Amino acid sequence: MKRMMQGNEAIARGAWEAGVEVGCAYPGTPSSEIMARLSEYEEVHAEWSPNEKVSMEVAHGASLAGGRALVCMKHVGLNVAADPFMTISYVGVQGGMVIVVADDPGQHSSQNEQDSRQWARFGKVPMLEPSDARECRDYTKTAFDISERFDTPVLLRSETRVSHCDSPVEAGERAASGMERKLDKKQVPKHVMMPIYARARRVLVERRMQQLEAYAETECPYNVMEVNDPSVGFITSGVSYLYVKEVFPQYSFLKLGMVWPLPRNLIREFFNQVRRVIVVEELDPFLETEIRAMGCDVWHGKDLVPSIGELTPAVVERALSEAVTGREPGPVPARVPIGDLPKRPPNLCAGCAHRALFYALKKLKLFVFGDIGCYALGAAPPLSAMHFSTCMGASIGGSYGAGKVLGKAGLGKICAVLGDSTFLHSGIGPLMDAVYNGGYSTTIILDNSITAMTGQQDHPGTGFTIKGEPAPRVDYEQLARSLGVRHVRIVDPYNIGETIDIIREEVARDEASVILTRNSPCMLLRRALPKQRFRHPHYRVVEDACRGCRTCLGTNCPAIRWIPGEGMTRNGDTRKGRADINAEQCVGCAVCVQVCAFGSIEPLGE
Amino acid sequence: MSGNGDTVNIFLSGVGGQGTILASNILAEVLLQAGYDVKKSEVHGMAQRGGDVTTHFRYGSKVYSPLIMEGEVDFLVSFELLEGLRYVNWLKPQGRVLLNNFRILPPGVNLGNVEYPDAIGETFRKHFKDSVWIVNGHDIARELGNVQVANVVLIGALSVFFPFLEASQWVGALKGLLPAGLHAINIRAFEEGRNAVGAR
Repeated sequence: MKRMMQGNEAIARGAWEAGVEVGCAYPGTPSSEIMARLSEYEEVHAEWSPNEKVSMEVAHGASLAGGRALVCMKHVGLNVAADPFMTISYVGVQGGMVIVVADDPGQHSSQNEQDSRQWARFGKVPMLEPSDARECRDYTKTAFDISERFDTPVLLRSETRVSHCDSPVEAGERAASGMERKLDKKQVPKHVMMPIYARARRVLVERRMQQLEAYAETECPYNVMEVNDPSVGFITSGVSYLYVKEVFPQYSFLKLGMVWPLPRNLIREFFNQVRRVIVVEELDPFLETEIRAMGCDVWHGKDLVPSIGELTPAVVERALSEAVTGREPGPVPARVPIGDLPKRPPNLCAGCAHRALFYALKKLKLFVFGDIGCYALGAAPPLSAMHFSTCMGASIGGSYGAGKVLGKAGLGKICAVLGDSTFLHSGIGPLMDAVYNGGYSTTIILDNSITAMTGQQDHPGTGFTIKGEPAPRVDYEQLARSLGVRHVRIVDPYNIGETIDIIREEVARDEASVILTRNSPCMLLRRALPKQRFRHPHYRVVEDACRGCRTCLGTNCPAIRWIPGEGMTRNGDTRKGRADINAEQCVGCAVCVQVCAFGSIEPLGE
Repeated sequence: MSGNGDTVNIFLSGVGGQGTILASNILAEVLLQAGYDVKKSEVHGMAQRGGDVTTHFRYGSKVYSPLIMEGEVDFLVSFELLEGLRYVNWLKPQGRVLLNNFRILPPGVNLGNVEYPDAIGETFRKHFKDSVWIVNGHDIARELGNVQVANVVLIGALSVFFPFLEASQWVGALKGLLPAGLHAINIRAFEEGRNAVGAR
């Protein structure tokens, strides 16, 4: 029976049906649901690893012992895992090893826009690219077969509109891999990549790519030519195929399900079958560059199709309609004039501990080196208390490095801020560096006891595994001390005054220090009962007492709003307005109570 | 423009946390069971934190693109008034509109920097006449004892526009997607939503 599956769920299903035994991932939008869904199958050891490099290495170890292994990450995750990835290409596999990398064209939830197809060419590894959930399931299963047959890891490229699109899938049964479980000591020349052996593997990798190209030409069931109207032929792949098919269904298509290596003879054959060829692909001109290098005369590609941002049917139509049909697409008439509507950017949840902490940082006027997580929202006005963010863990190295240039003049002016999951992902190395090389950076670890932004995934600091089983829990304080940090302070971020005092003290210290938030769980982490720590369930603004100073609005709490000019002051002047708290949204964190200088906010109903 | 002339485009919009994904999952389940090809697409991640969220939902005999083109929406379902207005021009001229009569103030409005547009329902009625239905989903859900089920009230209202589907099919899909402890209140929310539109 067919059922609706999200692309990510279908990848997990395909891996399970292929008999996968080990799955590893670090969460990252849009890839996170793959491992979450795979963990629901009891036959599989699924895990959240501390970072993608670890995931990659664990999966490879599982493969070498004869088990099929799946490793999943978002596009930037493969940057972290690039070191093992590039050499696993040489070592190859025993049990099939499939690496899912999910791109985010349009940067819905990412700090950059990368085209992961480049990794396939760079790493000399085959890559499949599905376009919908059924293909996610099918291609994942095939990827394991390719991996074992050609002794190679296989990349499966997804992206936001594949991973987070649901479509019908006919689920199949699990077939356990027949591979023997063992480790082979005789395989040293294959498994030990010191130069003498690696040089020999280097040659075999090139030979493997030739064999894979032959497979792509004749055997791969996913490179499909549809010759209809031959006046125009589209070469495309992934979700781009669906967009072009939607807009120009009557023309001819070469849909490449395997995007590396390319079936060059098949591509030439397509050029023979159609009059003019257009290459449609999201992001980089990856296919186009290769096809042009073959000497083929591509009619249109990135000269018309944008290489920035995601494609949509509308973008494809706008880009190509005139070339293909001779008609410009008519503009969509804006029948209803709506003007500039208020924007709705994401915001920290009501009660979030980050709000209190960032309010403190703003008060201290620090330059804040931030990181990747919900707390990046602290950069937005009115909090405006984060001034740097590039990649996972970079806050600590950044603030330490800046301190080396600012010298004593920078003391008391900078700090690094990152979450618990991000710290474990890649914050330990730079903290060690700051201690070892005499930096004065203060690292504030915002411990909300979960990987929050990606949707509540456990990590080595939460005390639970991906399957919800109890697990050892990292002790951040002991960890920091073992790195040589002498000053580790614990703060309750909901106590703003005390938090400000402690941060002020530590950032002025001429050595590396760490501040940990405690008792500050994510508001969405139900098992931590985040609201129970608050003394009152809701607060209200006492109308007559509010002076309309707007300080509480500066916390950007979604429960607080401004009501303009109502009534008169005690002195008979017209009021400029006052603050108001929406009890349905207020959770009682009392951050606004602390920032109000006039004592105008009190518990509701008391 | 559509590859297949029979594809129907439904656009759902709202605010992160309103349960639009559950609503679209219920819709997908019933239409799949009715024999249609279905594709739906939504963006997760940052949007969970109170940002605007949208779902592109398409069904027909064969659906290619998971995304709808601007100006091609047959049915706009919005869980929040402003988020409905934001996508009004995605509608076909003869499109239909189902609005939850509920406002969630965005940060700029909370801060007093910009104003929340007024009379959104009237704006829709002016341009789409009798093809606009406005449901007090939030109030109905609060009376039922849980504001979280407003999404299912809206789904109940939407179900009226699929005469080829039985109420029991919707309830079956709803039960399949929710834990047993939540069945009773959600079934009531669904029925209240149906009544809200039927009694218009």
